[in-house]
Order: sequence, then structure tokens, then C-alpha cells
Amino acid sequence: MSFALNLLSVTAISAGLIFFLAGTLGLLRFPDTLSRLHALTKADNVGLGLVVIGLLPLADNMLAGLKLVVVWVLVQLSGATVGQLIAQSIRRFGQTG
Amino acid sequence: MIVQTLDIGLAALVLTLAGWTVLARAAFPAVVSYVTYGLLLSLIWVRLFAVDVALTEAAIGGGLTGVLLIAAASKRRKSAVLATERDVTPPLRRAIAVLCALITSALATVVVSLPDPSPSLAPQAVQNIAATGLGNPVTAVLIAYRAFDTMLEKCVLVVAIVGVWSLARDRCWGGAPGAPTVIAQDGALTFFAQLLPPLGILIGIRIFWIGADEPGGAFQGGAILAAMWMIIMMARLADAPAISGRWLRIALAAGPIVFLGVGILGFAAAGSFLAYPAGFAKPMIIFVEIFMTLSIAATLPMLVAGPPIRTPRP
Repeated sequence: MSFALNLLSVTAISAGLIFFLAGTLGLLRFPDTLSRLHALTKADNVGLGLVVIGLLPLADNMLAGLKLVVVWVLVQLSGATVGQLIAQSIRRFGQTG
Repeated sequence: MIVQTLDIGLAALVLTLAGWTVLARAAFPAVVSYVTYGLLLSLIWVRLFAVDVALTEAAIGGGLTGVLLIAAASKRRKSAVLATERDVTPPLRRAIAVLCALITSALATVVVSLPDPSPSLAPQAVQNIAATGLGNPVTAVLIAYRAFDTMLEKCVLVVAIVGVWSLARDRCWGGAPGAPTVIAQDGALTFFAQLLPPLGILIGIRIFWIGADEPGGAFQGGAILAAMWMIIMMARLADAPAISGRWLRIALAAGPIVFLGVGILGFAAAGSFLAYPAGFAKPMIIFVEIFMTLSIAATLPMLVAGPPIRTPRP
């Protein structure tokens, strides 16, 4: 049982890290701000989500696990909002940098 | 081994960001890297098991200073180059750099030459903690052992607000500050500002409340509450209050006044300024902290909102 849970942790966290890596690459390499934003939010959403799933079996108790999920939801919420705001300001003021 | 490597990587990253912040040519990239620097620095504090400091660094270094600096940078971008900036000639610039380098190397020398183990008051702090009724030695230091410092810090916040307000034009005195940043009505931000504050207020009050026994406290909790108010003001769900408002001023001054009052009460109750009567320390500490939290939650957003720019309503 614990082996299966460890396996799940390692797999999920590794997958999450791949998303972070891909997001970072996208942030560095994509040609325009909107695409870079797209890459960045993927890392936040899916990457962090997978890391949290991987950490859940390692949490001490239910409450700690719940806190991890809340952290993910809050990051989702702020990431999505900031993504919208940046995208809107690009649309309004044009591309910078 | 892995953890050590990560620690070294983290430290290297923070140092790189610090260098980048100093060397960045434009204000905005400098601010962004400074905010990132603050957030990573709070991770370092976590690694040093100083969670209280980490919370404060994240809230102040990453959050509040970030908002203030971004607002300043974007205001500066709109206005013409400041006169003071033109006055900073290359020789003066070099002199500033040399002075900063000297200060940094002096600090580094002191840190490196500290005896090992470095002098610490931690044993005494833990030894006497029972008298305060608290469980978190950091809170005990802040609000019992060196309460005087903390009280003065709260007074500094009031002075800072007075400083910001004194920049008001005469006809705006008593009016309301503008929104912290001018953002047009925006669905996403409005939704965010409606959804987050109920949860954020809960978390802020909880962080304040558990501060007696665990990492947290008035400053960290108050900063989270302040952030919630800032989000509401930024989304234009509620305007900043007029600076002549009685309740606003009471909220701003409540922390230092109550702290001072309890301190003076200490003469009568325990024989000296800011002394808490034995066996009754914790309720008094919590009482002071409630008003401190309130004042912090009111002061920080008003600092960000800036001087009043609207004429007062008659």
C-alpha cells in the first residue's frame, strides 16, 4: 500500500515538474506575451495541481491535505485573475517588450 | 545532500536576483525582481526555521512593498523624468555605489566574524515564556520582552500615514484617495475581489489568533486583512474612505493608543511601563494585539491608496 502511494507521489510530482519545466521553457522561448502567459498559467494550474496530488499521500493528516488543496485553489484563482488582467492590459495598451 | 544543494541553489538565486535588482536599467523590471527576491527570501527564512519572519517577509517584502513600488514605478513612467533623477550625475552615482558596497561588505564582515555559536538570548526567551502565557517565543519577544520597540513600530505606521497625507493638495485635504491603481471595470478582477475576501479575512484572523502559540501574529494577520481591503479597492468594489472619516482615523490610531494605554496601566498594575500583571498577561496581550491588527489592516491599504486626490464632499 505504502509502496503504491509512494509511487503515486513520485509519479505525480515528476509529472508536475515536467509541466513547470515546459511552462518555464515556454515563458523563455515563446514569441509574444499572450503565448508566454499561456505557458505560464499551464505550469501554475496543472503543474502545481499534480505536485499537490503527489504531496497528498505524504500529508500528516486530513487537515494538512486540505490545506494543500486550498493552496492550489488559491493559486489557481490568483493565477487566472492575473492572467486575465495582463492579457487585458496588453489588448488595451498593446504589446510591450 | 540534496537538501543542501537546494539550499545553495536558493541562496545563489536570491543573490543573483539582488544583483539584477540593482543593475536593472528600468524601474519596472527592478521592482518585479525585487518582489521575487522578497518571496524567495521568505523561503530562506523558512529554511532557517524562522516561519514568523518568513510570513512577515512575504507579506511586507513581497506583497506590500511590491504594490507600493509598482504603483510608484507606473506613476513615474507616466510623468516626466524626475528632477532628482537628472541631478544624479555619474560621479554621484558611483559614490552611491561605493557607499552601498562599503555598507554591504561591513555587514558581511560582521556576519562572518560572529563567534560560533553566535550569542543568543533564545534560552532566556524560552525560559521566561511561561510568565507571558504565550506559546510562541517570537510573539513573546515582540509583545512582552521588547514591547517598547513594537509599540514604536506601530507609531511609525501612523507617522507614515501622516507623511503620505501631507502630500495632499490643499483643496483635497479631507477628501478620499483614488483607487490604488487605475484599472477599468474588469470582470475577472471584480469576481476575484468578491470571491477572495471572505476566505482571506478568515485566514487573516486565524493567523492573528494562532500567533500566541504558533507562527503568526498581529502583523502577519493584519497584513493579510490589509491585502483583502486593497483588492476590494483595486477592483473598485468600494472606494477608499475620505481621510477625514472619524472611523478611519480611530482605526488607524487604535493600535498605538491602546498599546500606550496598556503600557501606562502597567505602572499601576505591575509597577513599570508596559509591564503586564502576573497571571493576567495573555488576555492583555491579546487585547493589545486585536487593536494592533485593526490598525495594521487599516494603515497598509491607506498607505498604498496614497494622498487624497478628491475634494471632500461638503
